[in-house]
Amino acid sequence: MDGVHDMGGIDGFGPVEREQHEPTFHAPWEGRVLALTRAMGAARAWNLDMSRFTLERLPPAVYLTSSYYERWLLGLEANLVDHGIVAPDELAARRSLRHAPPPPGRLTVEQAAGFPGRGSFERPATRPARFGVGEAVRARNLHPAGHTRLPRYVRGHAGTVVAVHGCHVYPDSSVRGDEDPQWLYAVRFEGPELWGPDADPHLQVSVDAFEPYLEEA
Amino acid sequence: MRALERILSEKGYLDPSVLDRIVETYETRIGPHVGAGIVARAWVDPIFRASLLTDGTAAVRALGHDLRRTGHLTAVENTSEVHNLVVCTLCSCYPHDILGLPPVWYKSAPYRSRAVKDPRGMLAEMGVTIPHDVVVRVWDSTAEMRYLVVPERPAGTEGWREDELARLVTRDSMIGAGLIGRPAGYR
Repeated sequence: MDGVHDMGGIDGFGPVEREQHEPTFHAPWEGRVLALTRAMGAARAWNLDMSRFTLERLPPAVYLTSSYYERWLLGLEANLVDHGIVAPDELAARRSLRHAPPPPGRLTVEQAAGFPGRGSFERPATRPARFGVGEAVRARNLHPAGHTRLPRYVRGHAGTVVAVHGCHVYPDSSVRGDEDPQWLYAVRFEGPELWGPDADPHLQVSVDAFEPYLEEA
Repeated sequence: MRALERILSEKGYLDPSVLDRIVETYETRIGPHVGAGIVARAWVDPIFRASLLTDGTAAVRALGHDLRRTGHLTAVENTSEVHNLVVCTLCSCYPHDILGLPPVWYKSAPYRSRAVKDPRGMLAEMGVTIPHDVVVRVWDSTAEMRYLVVPERPAGTEGWREDELARLVTRDSMIGAGLIGRPAGYR
């Protein structure tokens, strides 16, 4: 979807402000949100793309005015409700009022101590890659209503394949529960191709693009 | 938060003690010191450097880092001709296993919007001046490939031990948003 999360190239957000001696978390609840998100990831009630799409669907004003972990908490609650694990009345009551279907997985303390992983996104190829390194490609002008990882600022623009990463889980399908693996490429675009003739001629921007995002240039 | 934790543990989805372990891991074990060790090794060991730049995932695993959340890693090297910068314009993708959690600025709208359009101007405002004839090469982490910038080894560090070099390597330099200056009066 063409949402506010797709920020590449938007003007007006102001300067980047770095914080000296930034703590890992600015408040204990931030760490709890992160940890709970990880634990629910291990429960496998939804996948990474589903949880990203939930954040992308936050109302634009909410997305832009919430802190990072506030967004994560909103996303967590939305996923729990959407997947039938927690009902809104339970959130209001602040306790469980009924049973939920058992989780496919549950994080143990031992796993948590070992840094909960998520494994590889690469899958065996079922067909040869359509593009090779050095090949000229164009990002297709796609505007799907669902989840996609093709940023707006490259759509319609021509670039060059600089790496073939293998066949990976395809986010646009994975968000619906279907891994549908696709070839993944690093595609490099020159600054003026993306941002016009006045752009920095010594700028290059690469995105990792799945094969359905690309066509021959 | 506490209510959510309670609901999920009542439903059998959560052992609340796992949350403490995860927070503890992020606060104490995972961080940029891991990446700094990888960079320092690349600076002193040409064979490792070559393997890191060829297949970052395999090279970093071979050092004993299991890359549990970073399934795929590409290392890119800064030189006198190319300066690399990493961003995630769509969310906040970042190599957690080797750099820890991303700083707030990395996840912020100003950085995500501008890093792909005017990185040279943005970096200059951040105090990082890249000469106009040096290519700025931005890597937007749009899939599950994660990126590590191998910064240039500062002059004046010839003969330094690997652990001494590692202490010079900053988090921001491994994102491409910082340079490592020549150490003055160090050692």
